[in-house]
Amino acid sequence: MDIIVVGLSHKTAPVAVREQVAFAPENMEQPLQQLLQLPDVREAVIVSTCNRVELYAVGNDVAAVAAQLRTFLAQWHGLEEQSLAEHLYVKHGEEAIRHVFNVTSSLDSMVIGEPQILGQIKTAYGYAAEHKTVGLILNRFLHKAFSVAKRVRTETNIAGNAVSVSFAAVELARKIFGTIEGKTVMLVGAGEMCELAAKHFVNNGVTRVLVTNRTFARAEKLAEQFDGQPVLFENFRDHLHQVDIVLSSTGATSFIITPEQVSAALRQRKNRPMFFIDIAVPRDIDPRVNDINNIYLYDVDDLQGVVNANLKEREKEAHLAREIIEHEIGQFKSWMAGLDVVPTIVALRRKVEQLRNSELDKTFANLKHLSDADRKAVTAMANALVNKILHQPTQVLKQQQLNGGAQAYVDALQTLFALEVDAPQGKMKEIERD
Amino acid sequence: MDVNVLLFKFSLLLYLVATVMYLLAVVSNKSSEDRRGRTALALAFAVHTITLVVRFVSAGYTPVTNLHESLSFFAWALAGTFLLVDRRLHMVVLAAATSTIVLVLMLLGSVLPIQTQNLKPALNSFWLPVHVGFAFLGDAVFTVAFVAAVFYLLQERMLKSKKFSALYYRLPSLDTLDTLNYRCLTFGFPLMTLGIITGAVWAEEAWGTYWSWDPKETWALITWFLYAALLHGRLTTGWRGRRAAILAIVGFLFLLFTFLGVNLLLPGLHSYASMSG
Repeated sequence: MDIIVVGLSHKTAPVAVREQVAFAPENMEQPLQQLLQLPDVREAVIVSTCNRVELYAVGNDVAAVAAQLRTFLAQWHGLEEQSLAEHLYVKHGEEAIRHVFNVTSSLDSMVIGEPQILGQIKTAYGYAAEHKTVGLILNRFLHKAFSVAKRVRTETNIAGNAVSVSFAAVELARKIFGTIEGKTVMLVGAGEMCELAAKHFVNNGVTRVLVTNRTFARAEKLAEQFDGQPVLFENFRDHLHQVDIVLSSTGATSFIITPEQVSAALRQRKNRPMFFIDIAVPRDIDPRVNDINNIYLYDVDDLQGVVNANLKEREKEAHLAREIIEHEIGQFKSWMAGLDVVPTIVALRRKVEQLRNSELDKTFANLKHLSDADRKAVTAMANALVNKILHQPTQVLKQQQLNGGAQAYVDALQTLFALEVDAPQGKMKEIERD
Repeated sequence: MDVNVLLFKFSLLLYLVATVMYLLAVVSNKSSEDRRGRTALALAFAVHTITLVVRFVSAGYTPVTNLHESLSFFAWALAGTFLLVDRRLHMVVLAAATSTIVLVLMLLGSVLPIQTQNLKPALNSFWLPVHVGFAFLGDAVFTVAFVAAVFYLLQERMLKSKKFSALYYRLPSLDTLDTLNYRCLTFGFPLMTLGIITGAVWAEEAWGTYWSWDPKETWALITWFLYAALLHGRLTTGWRGRRAAILAIVGFLFLLFTFLGVNLLLPGLHSYASMSG
């Protein structure tokens, strides 16, 4: 039994190809059922997001399964198999496990650490579970993948730093003020981005919002939305000293906030730091404001720079995540090995044959008068007995492995016959609890 | 080997372990290394405390009478102060920097003559532990302020220039560092003041005069004025952030000179704690 992954992602295929092979979420039953009808596929899951389309399957013959999945993907979407082939990756065994763990942990995402992918894979698994196309292995495998993703999220800082401009502004404010709870924000002008950033600030604990706009009615309207206070544009500078964070995005063609005004406000507030965010293009705030002590000014490019630095930091964290994943791969592999019935069959046969040999030796030691022909007959009888006894359990085990229910039998046999099995078995229980 | 020396070396080794763990934690960003560093530092401090007690008992006086003893005591006070700060506000970069300073102090102490000697009669006084205790506790608190100030300036630089190194992601907020700087000032300043006052009282008892403009006294007074100015500026005109951080660093440099520079370069009444002991 092996896990096979066939698919493509933003790393291997342009959007023009990805959109051609996407599966419609409202019709997942048909393709899932068809997958299961492929001769060598025993379990199947279809993952389809805007950045990746992947088929997860379980089967014995890796090459056959991979070929059937490829053909299915092309035929289902009415595409040439050959034109699709250059974008497809095929993975099995450890490589497939690693790949799926990477995907659910968001290491393979376009924006590393983005949280949506885990939900998308859970949804894909949900469809497969609903239409009963997953069995023992994919069930366990995907649950394991979800728990690995959770571990990565809690034990590394992979999703730690903002990768959107408006959230980066909130994080910068935290770096300056420690906490933004109880701080005051002023919105100057009313651009869409300004509004979005203001929402982030309010959701993260800012309690007081001042809004100013050349059109006072718009200031009033926006202030209402944030439960804030509208301020006349003509004298908004008189309120600067009460404000910790200024979000500016007016259509002004020259600077509307100058270093002199900021210095005056700073004196009034006894040098308590201020954070200016200038989202306007052309800029609203004189860049020299950044040179004043305890004043921090960021424009759109600066914020983008922070986002880029954060992305690099996430890539570093991905390294820690990979260590976790390697560890979990080891665990899952030993569970898979435990599923295999062959070592148990071998051990059972070895055990019974040992018993046969020792009993035959004892018998022949007591019955020294037997002729060679008699000895042969007794040995043959013993062999036949062994084979007859072992035949049924061997068949049942093989059958159960195909049905995915072998583990209970393997456990029972090992206990009943005190078998010593060569392949690793012990991790089963541990994985089961995850 | 003398049990004093053995214990000292053992605590030195534990400080080394703590520092390595903390530095690893800063580099790897793993909380497991951080926890190990914490345990090692607490252990080092405990062993160091025993070291000082054993030395106190075996020598019969508070071990702050030569440069080795002073460095060891200063390191101990710094480790203890840091552990107290750490309980309220844990920051791995601060831990790494402070334990590095402790380690350097211990290493300096380890190359100096380490044996206990007979106490000079002038030092045989109730005021010895009191005066030196206050002075070094104050120094320790100001050292923590210094570390916080350095990190403040580094981070302020990054936020202003918008260029972020890996350190940026490990640092606490500017406000946290500035507040720590301020708290240290409010604790360190009274300790330092008490150190100077008890010194003056002791001087009157021992030398017959409260103040004799000995180099140590002069430099301590200059340092005291610097911190007084910083505290005043903070309380009245809202000096904070960058300016407060710079002053905390300058203050620390003066403090270092008062402690080490005066001992090694300027002979005077306080020259017990020089190289020769």
